[in-house]
Amino acid sequence: MTSARNRELLALVPVALLLTAGFAAVFSQENDQLDNLSLIYGAYFLAICLATHIYLRIRLPDADPYLFPLVATLTTFGLVMIYRIDETLARDQANWFVLGLVLFALTIQLLRDYEVLERYRYTIAIAGLAVLLAPRLPGIGQQVNGAYLGVKIGPLAFQPAEFTKIAIIVFLASYLREHREVLIVGARRVLGVTLPPLKHFGPLLVVWGASMFMLVFIRDLGSSLMFFAAFLALLYVATGRFSFVVIGMLMFLLGAWFFASTVPHVHERVEIWLHPYEEPENAGYQILQSIFAQADGGLFGKGFGQALITVPGTDNALLPAAQTDTIYSLIVNEVGLFGAVGVVLVYLMVTARGFKIALLASDGFSKLLAVGLTSVFAIQAFVIIGGVTRVIPLTGVTLPFISYGGSSIVANFVLLALLLLISDRARREAEEPAGPMAAMGAPA
Amino acid sequence: MNRQIVKLFGFIVVLFGILVGFTSYWSVFDAEALKEEDANKRPLLEQQQVPRGRILAADGTLIAKSVAKGRGSGKRYVRRYPEGALFGHPIGYSFVQYGDTEFEQFHNEELVGEGSEFSSIVDELLGERQEGNDIVTNIDTEAQRAALTDLEEQGFGAVVAIEPSTGAVKVMASNAPFDPNRVPYEFSKLASDGIERPLVNRATQGLYPPGSTFKVVTAAAGLDSGVITPETPIDAPGSLEVEGTPLENDFGEDFFGATLDTALTNSVNTWFGQLGQQLGNDTLFEYLERFGFNAKPAIDLPEDEVEESGVWDIEDNEVLTSSDPVDLARLAIGQERLLATPLQMAQVAAAVANDGTLMKPQIWKRVVDPDGRTVETMDPSVYSKPISSETAAELTTAMEGVVSEGTGTNAAISGVLVAGKTGTAETPGNEACGGGADENQAWFIGFAPADDPQIAIAASVECTEQFGNDVAAPIFADVAETILNGE
Repeated sequence: MTSARNRELLALVPVALLLTAGFAAVFSQENDQLDNLSLIYGAYFLAICLATHIYLRIRLPDADPYLFPLVATLTTFGLVMIYRIDETLARDQANWFVLGLVLFALTIQLLRDYEVLERYRYTIAIAGLAVLLAPRLPGIGQQVNGAYLGVKIGPLAFQPAEFTKIAIIVFLASYLREHREVLIVGARRVLGVTLPPLKHFGPLLVVWGASMFMLVFIRDLGSSLMFFAAFLALLYVATGRFSFVVIGMLMFLLGAWFFASTVPHVHERVEIWLHPYEEPENAGYQILQSIFAQADGGLFGKGFGQALITVPGTDNALLPAAQTDTIYSLIVNEVGLFGAVGVVLVYLMVTARGFKIALLASDGFSKLLAVGLTSVFAIQAFVIIGGVTRVIPLTGVTLPFISYGGSSIVANFVLLALLLLISDRARREAEEPAGPMAAMGAPA
Repeated sequence: MNRQIVKLFGFIVVLFGILVGFTSYWSVFDAEALKEEDANKRPLLEQQQVPRGRILAADGTLIAKSVAKGRGSGKRYVRRYPEGALFGHPIGYSFVQYGDTEFEQFHNEELVGEGSEFSSIVDELLGERQEGNDIVTNIDTEAQRAALTDLEEQGFGAVVAIEPSTGAVKVMASNAPFDPNRVPYEFSKLASDGIERPLVNRATQGLYPPGSTFKVVTAAAGLDSGVITPETPIDAPGSLEVEGTPLENDFGEDFFGATLDTALTNSVNTWFGQLGQQLGNDTLFEYLERFGFNAKPAIDLPEDEVEESGVWDIEDNEVLTSSDPVDLARLAIGQERLLATPLQMAQVAAAVANDGTLMKPQIWKRVVDPDGRTVETMDPSVYSKPISSETAAELTTAMEGVVSEGTGTNAAISGVLVAGKTGTAETPGNEACGGGADENQAWFIGFAPADDPQIAIAASVECTEQFGNDVAAPIFADVAETILNGE
C-alpha cells in the first residue's frame, strides 16, 4: 500500500522538471520585465505538491497513485502559461491553488465516509441549483459576454456553475443508485423503442429542465451542455440502456434548437460558430483569432513566451481571454500540436484513472459517483477545447486545472478529493477481499 | 455497470480524438491557408517583432532599414526609407497595415530571416532571436537619381538599365515616383486612380506601344532566320497598302533597294512591314518569345506586379500567340496591338548587347547575414539565346548608324560608341494622358559602348508631343554616361 504512494512520489518528479523547465524558459525569455522573486513561486509550488503528497500518504495511503501527479502536471502547465501571460495573474492563481489544496484536504478530512452525501442529496441538489441563480440577482450578479456566469461579493468573485456541477453529480449518482433497477425493469417497449418508466423518470426530467433553464435564464450554453452530457453518461452507465441516451440527446437538441432560435444570445453563439468570417472584427473575432493562433503554432510551436497575446504597442487583445477561454489556443501556439496533444493525453489519462476507480469500486453509489465526476471533468475539457477548435460553439467554460480562475481550481480540487476518497476505499477492499463491504457488492 | 463504463471511456477517447483531429487541422494541415486570410493580422504583427534586414544600393547607400518603436512587449520595428522617393520603385514598401510590395515582398523571406522550421527550433533552444538578413542590390544610386530627375523633367514614364552580361538591374526608375515613408499616412491618396498613379511601377507594369524600337526584334528575326542578310535589298515605297489602309514612311519618303542599315537608320516603316510579312506569323512570334515577350519577365519582383509584353487582346485580356490572326506588317513596326513594358524593351537591347544571349534580370546582388557574412550571391543565369552572336554583331552595326547619323542622334555620348533605336508611337486620345490628339509614347532603347557593352537601357516617356529622339534619347545618354563614368 505504501508502494502506491511511492509511485506517486516518483510520478511527481517529471512534474518538478516540467515546472522548472517551463518557468526557466519563460523567465529567460522575458527576464527584462520579471523580477527574480517570481521564480521563488515555482519553488513554493513544488513544496506544496510535496506537502500534499505527504498528507495523502497519511490519510489515503491506498488511493490512486497517478491522479494527483496528473493533476499537478495540468496545474503546473497552467501556471507556467499564466505566468507567461501576466505575473500577477500567476500569483493569484498560485494562491487559488493553495486554497484549492486546503479545500482538498478538508474534503478528505470531513468526508471519509462520503456516503453521508447520499443522505443530503436533495439538499445538495437544491443548494447547487440555487447558487446557479445567484448571478442573476441584482447587486452581486455579473454578466460576462451576455451570459450570467459570475457572482461578486465584495472583492470575492466566483462562478457557481463550477460548484453546481459537483452537487448535481452527487445527486444523480445517489438517485440513480437507488432507482436504476426500476428504471431498467419498468422500461416499456413502444414501437420498438425502449422508453423509461414515467413515474421514476420525473426527477430526471428535472435535470433536463434545469439544463434548459440554464440555457435560457443563465444563458450558459457551455455549462448546460456539460451538465446534460454528464447526466446522460451516468444514465447510460446506471441503466445500460442506450435508447435512454438517444432520447435524452434528442430532447436536449430539440430544446437547444428551440432556444437557439428564440434566445438571441444562444442564437448568436451558434451563428458565430457556423459563420465566423461574417464579422471577423466583431462577433467572429475571438474564434478566428483562436484558430489563427493555432495555425501559427504548427507542429512544434513558437516556444514559451513567444506568442503574441496583444497587438504590440497597444492593449488590444490579439487572442481574447487568453488566460481563460482560449488558453488551449495559446498552448497550441507556444508548444505546437505536439504539446497540445500532450495536454489532451493528460486529460485522457485522468479520465482513464477516474474510470478505473469506478471499475474497482464495489458499491453502486461509489461507482456512479466516480463515473459522474470523471465524466463531467472530461466533458468540461471537451466543451472548451472543442469550443476553441470550432468543433462546437465557443462558450465560456474553463479548461480544468489549466485556465485562470479561483472557482474552477477550487471546485476541481474538491472533485479530485472525492475521486481519491472513493479510490482509497475501493483499492483497499480490492486488496482485502475479506472486508465487510466486499460481501455486499463484489465487483461485477 | 462495468461494461458500460468501458464503453463510455471508449466514447470519450473518440471525443478527444476529434479534438486532436481539429487541432491538427488548424495548426498543421490548414495552417498555410489560414495565414493568408485577410482577417489574420498575426503573421504581419509577428514579422514586425523581427528587425527586418536592410536593403542597400550597390555603392552601400542605405535604401531601407528598420527602426525600433516602443519598449518591452510593445516593442516593434517600423520600416524607414532614408532616400525617400528615389528607390520607391522598385523597392516598394513594407508596413503592417498595408502589406509588402515589389522588392520588399519578393525578398521577404530573406529580409525577415525565415529559415526552416528545424533551424528555428534550434535557434529557440539557443535563445537566439530571429533576425533578418541584409540585401545588397545592383542598383546604381547616381544613375537611379539621374534617371528619375530626367524623367521628372520629361514626363511620366520609366527607365530600366541592365548590365547585359549578368542581367544585373542597375536602374529602375518610374515617374510619378512615391515616397514609401508616406504610405502609412496617405495611402488612399497614393493608391487613387488618377493619371499619376505613383504606386504603379511603370518599368514593369506600364504597357506601352513600343513603336519603332520593336524594329530591332523584327530585324533580329529576319537576320537570324536567314530570311535576309545585311545586304538583302528591299524596295520600300513611301506608302504601301496593307490590309486596306496605307502604311506610310515619315514624310512619304521612298527607299528603293534599301538594305538593313539604311532601313534601321531611317526607321523605314514600309521596309520593315514587308520584312514582317516575309517572316510570317510563326517565325515572328518565335523570336518574340525568345526575346521574352509572351511571358512574365524572370525578374525578382512579385509576379502580380510584373506585366507580360505581347500582342494584347484588350477585350479578352489575353496575349495573342502565333495561331491568332495579326496584321504582320504593322506588328513588325511595333504597332498592331503590341504592348511592351520598359523592362521588356531593355531586355531586347541587353540581349543584342550580350552577343545574342538574354540574361535573367535581377535586382538583388547578395544576401548578408546579421554578422556580415555573405550567405548568398546572385548567380547570373541565361534566360534564352534568342539570336546568334553573328546576328547580334550585324544588328549592332545597324543600331550604331541610328545614333551616328539616323533618327537617334541625341543618344550620342562623346568618346563612346553608342548603338540604339528610337521609337515614337502615336497615342492620340489616350485617356491616361488626358485625351490629347497629339500625344506620343516616346522611346529609346540601346547600349553602350557598342564595341564592349557595359549597359543596356530602355527609356520610355508617355503623353509627350515630342519624338523619341527629343525626350527619350537624352535620358538614355545621361543615364548611360553616369553609369559608365561610375565604373
